[in-house]
Amino acid sequence: MKQTPLHDVHVALGAKMVEFGGWHMPVSYASILAEARCVRERAGLFDLGHMGRISVTGADCLAYLDSICTNYIARIPSGSIRYTLICKEDGNPIDDLLVYRGDDEVYLVVNASNTAAVLEWMQARTGSFAVTLDHRTERETMIALQGPLALEILGAMTTDCDLAKLGYYKFTFGTVCGRENTRISRTGYTGENGFELYFENAEATDIWQALLEAGSGAGVQPIGLGARDTLRLEAGMPLFGHEIDAEHNPVEADLGFALSFAEEKGDWVGKQALLDVRAKPQRALIGFTTAGKRVPRQGYKIFQGEREVGEVASGAVSPTLHQNIGTAYLPLDLANEGNKLEMDIRGKRQGVTLHSLPFYSRTRK
Amino acid sequence: MRPTDRHYLSSHEWIKISGDNAVIGITDFAVEELSSGNEGDLVYCDLPEVGRNLEESETFGEIESVKAVSDLNTPLPGEVVEINSAIEDHLEILSDDPWDRGWLIKIRLADKDTSKLLDAAAYEETLASHS
Repeated sequence: MKQTPLHDVHVALGAKMVEFGGWHMPVSYASILAEARCVRERAGLFDLGHMGRISVTGADCLAYLDSICTNYIARIPSGSIRYTLICKEDGNPIDDLLVYRGDDEVYLVVNASNTAAVLEWMQARTGSFAVTLDHRTERETMIALQGPLALEILGAMTTDCDLAKLGYYKFTFGTVCGRENTRISRTGYTGENGFELYFENAEATDIWQALLEAGSGAGVQPIGLGARDTLRLEAGMPLFGHEIDAEHNPVEADLGFALSFAEEKGDWVGKQALLDVRAKPQRALIGFTTAGKRVPRQGYKIFQGEREVGEVASGAVSPTLHQNIGTAYLPLDLANEGNKLEMDIRGKRQGVTLHSLPFYSRTRK
Repeated sequence: MRPTDRHYLSSHEWIKISGDNAVIGITDFAVEELSSGNEGDLVYCDLPEVGRNLEESETFGEIESVKAVSDLNTPLPGEVVEINSAIEDHLEILSDDPWDRGWLIKIRLADKDTSKLLDAAAYEETLASHS
């Protein structure tokens, strides 16, 4: 199993460590629910060193990426970030990712579990494009500070750029805890205001400790992958392997904002298949709440009376909503907010009420 | 050392025999694994009806945390004569005292043969392989 440069720091903090996407990662340091609340109420620090990072350069960089990505990469302004997917010919994704558009480089952040597959897919499609792919995952690392106090804490540790002026889904380079040229983006997977930072492996422990110390008086804590999953689900963000995978396409997952069918973008892998799905979708992804104590989990079947109508994609205890929540794929005629169905939990039924996504919005409470 | 007055399964249930009856619960390790040391992360416990006959190794209930669902298995066969219904609404009892107040069910033993069960020392050996 691979280890991030912060591995021993997590072990020393008493984290419960699990295998995730080939990496040995902290799932929690204490209570998952308390960690999720910490991010909503204060701020939390995440080790994201497992996320795959690929730098793409070369004269044909944009045209190349536009031939394999669903979003319109050439149209992203320099300094901005967009969510996109890379799909197969059948329109089902290989991965979803963030694209950082620089002046002469595009930086991709992909899922840990898909990094090898994405790299292989990308390398096989460089063809006659003048591009260079640089796999950075094991040289550079990534952490996130997320929550209402993130700006105040990180801002105080950052010189030569004003983070308050860094817009949502924008990035810049600044000096963080004395480390020059740190990539800083106003992004996250929690639904909170927050930042993601990228720097050399050797600097990881110092930056992590400095941020934890700076925030400790305000109650900032390290947060594991368990709470990260809860937070992203509350915020209605998809997770590869749950809402999207080799059998769940981005149209039915309601990710149309990440698909560009603009003529100027040209053809891209999966475009025709996704146009076909868009013309005739079969199902829709929707959220649900459940009043019972039991937690929805991936694979549980959803029933309308005796008829099986769908399947749970994700589930969690939501400390923000004070109830259990989930997502499911359902037929279009049933996927309406307020609709009441039942979930089969290992042979027992528990009622669910459909809820449009997201469950939680920082700006729209 | 865990209590030596009872037997264990490698799936972390304990059974304490007294006369024709036995009390069954789960170990502190099971509670810790499910809840990460935080009682609030336990969400649900399902126990059987009194009167149900449990076969050897049968699953008699489920316990669920924020993270996972685990089956509860009986170490010995028998008829359920009492359940600790306080647990269903007060899962924190399991974190506070899994050995006594946190018992789950009481059965009338159909078989008292403990030769397939683990004693405390053997159970702790299985735990060593977890860490």
